[in-house]
Amino acid sequence: MFASCADPGSLDGAMWLACYLTSGKHMAFYASFGTVLVLLLVTAPVALACGFAGAVAARSDILPLRWFGRAYIAMVRGIPDIAFFLFVPIALDQGIEWLRHQVKCPDWDLPVRQGSDFVVCPAAKMPLSSAPQWVHEGYGFALAVLAFAVVFGAFAANVLFGAMRAVPRAQIETGEAYGMSGRQVFWRILVPQMWVFALPGLSNLWQILIKATPLLFLLGVEDIVYWARELGGSKTSAFSYPHPDWRLYYFLALLVFYLLLTHVSEMVFSRLTRRLSHGQATLAGDALRKAQA
Amino acid sequence: MSCAQTFHDYALRSIGLGERLLPRTDFTLCDQFVLIGSGMLWNLYFGIAALAMGFFLATAVALGRSSQSWPVRKASEWFIFLFRGSPLFIQFFLAYQAFVLLPRVGVDIPLGVATISVQTSWLTKAWLGAVIVLFLNTAAYSGEIFYGALRAVPRGELEAADAYGLAGWQKFRRITWPTLLRLAWPAYTNEAIFLFHATALVFFTGFPAWRQEGDALYYANYFADKTFNPFIPYPIFAFYFILLTLTVITVFGRINRRLNRHLAPSERSRLKIRLPLVR
Repeated sequence: MFASCADPGSLDGAMWLACYLTSGKHMAFYASFGTVLVLLLVTAPVALACGFAGAVAARSDILPLRWFGRAYIAMVRGIPDIAFFLFVPIALDQGIEWLRHQVKCPDWDLPVRQGSDFVVCPAAKMPLSSAPQWVHEGYGFALAVLAFAVVFGAFAANVLFGAMRAVPRAQIETGEAYGMSGRQVFWRILVPQMWVFALPGLSNLWQILIKATPLLFLLGVEDIVYWARELGGSKTSAFSYPHPDWRLYYFLALLVFYLLLTHVSEMVFSRLTRRLSHGQATLAGDALRKAQA
Repeated sequence: MSCAQTFHDYALRSIGLGERLLPRTDFTLCDQFVLIGSGMLWNLYFGIAALAMGFFLATAVALGRSSQSWPVRKASEWFIFLFRGSPLFIQFFLAYQAFVLLPRVGVDIPLGVATISVQTSWLTKAWLGAVIVLFLNTAAYSGEIFYGALRAVPRGELEAADAYGLAGWQKFRRITWPTLLRLAWPAYTNEAIFLFHATALVFFTGFPAWRQEGDALYYANYFADKTFNPFIPYPIFAFYFILLTLTVITVFGRINRRLNRHLAPSERSRLKIRLPLVR
């Protein structure tokens, strides 16, 4: 970073620290905070979409679809989320490769599962073994996003399902009395009104999502936990910046980062709740109306 | 090898009894069921130990949060904020690193007849270190639940207690606490379920599995790595955890019934398992 950092061995004190904290690896560490934020921003809408689909399925008139929706909602209650994070990426990966194998190599006659190996033809590899490094990393990240979306979709489905049921029945009936079709009632009455009921649950969900991001590390993504372990581990004099085991301080920094993140989102959500409560036929809405009058 | 033999060899493998080597080839369904089930012993131990200790600290934290004294109140608030605002995963890593840095000494604690020497290196082992983290974590989450319930204790009951001349500890023990528990119980059940789920994290954080003695997810992950087939071990793991969740709901439901037994049926609070309290 600085020109004076060319020879770290001759530095000491604050200058050493400044050079240390701006080394190339530290830049990768800072960038990985961006990875976490990107994951949050990408996952939240995908999970919300999964959740919406799950909630609609759980309310469906078609029995198998309803069962599917209910089972999807129920599964996260019984099974730890970390199991899904370990299971979904590898299961998806194998599923995709198996499908590509069926399509691309129809005349391949060896079994796909040979004892402890999972062998597909080279053309079906995902991503192809000739693909550049960033494709591999991007693919890994995409699988991680999908795993998060599946798990948090189930949480979101649970919240939205409850919110849809919380919309006053009279509102729906009024819509029907105006001659709206089921679809119209759903999109024009139910969906616009359910958000205020869903908001406490969704804000909670966002907090949980934040707190689940370190699990990216388990999925092999080079996230902040990976870099904290990598950079914090003790460095012998063979390295440019030798130091003892500093992982404790790195993890303290991560702890502060997460505390800030959850604290800030809590404040944002309490503002949002206030905004959404305006003009609603709820207690909070009444209170706001009275405060203005 | 018959399934009975496998059971004999591996049923207690997770706590170091039985066959030393894990199965390496030709994994049967029986192997996976037995070994993952053996790992559940750890999950049970972590969950029960943390809940049993956390319950009392949670009560203390809830009382501290509603205390008149400023330092006590602030300390409780910060404790809750610290453990609820950060990921359990990071807490595990941080605690492990901190425990590793502790000087390795033995402290002798005289217990009347016998003396046990407590080693600080035990803290780096999952059986003690991870339990401490889980204990503090669940105390913070349940402390928040209990605090909410404490504020919801009906004033009439407290006034009635005053009228009967109850005060101090007696009033708390006989009036406030039972009502607090009754009000908090549905949410606390939820917390208990998710604490058990959180126990699956332990061996995926800093805490190493000593001599391959790990929890259910550790073995499920072992099989998935070895066979490269996630579709068998993880569903087995899920099966065990669903069983565990149902057991927790049953046990806590019984307690809930007991806490509500003096009320008219229409006033009883029913257990409703709600999401999410995950850390």
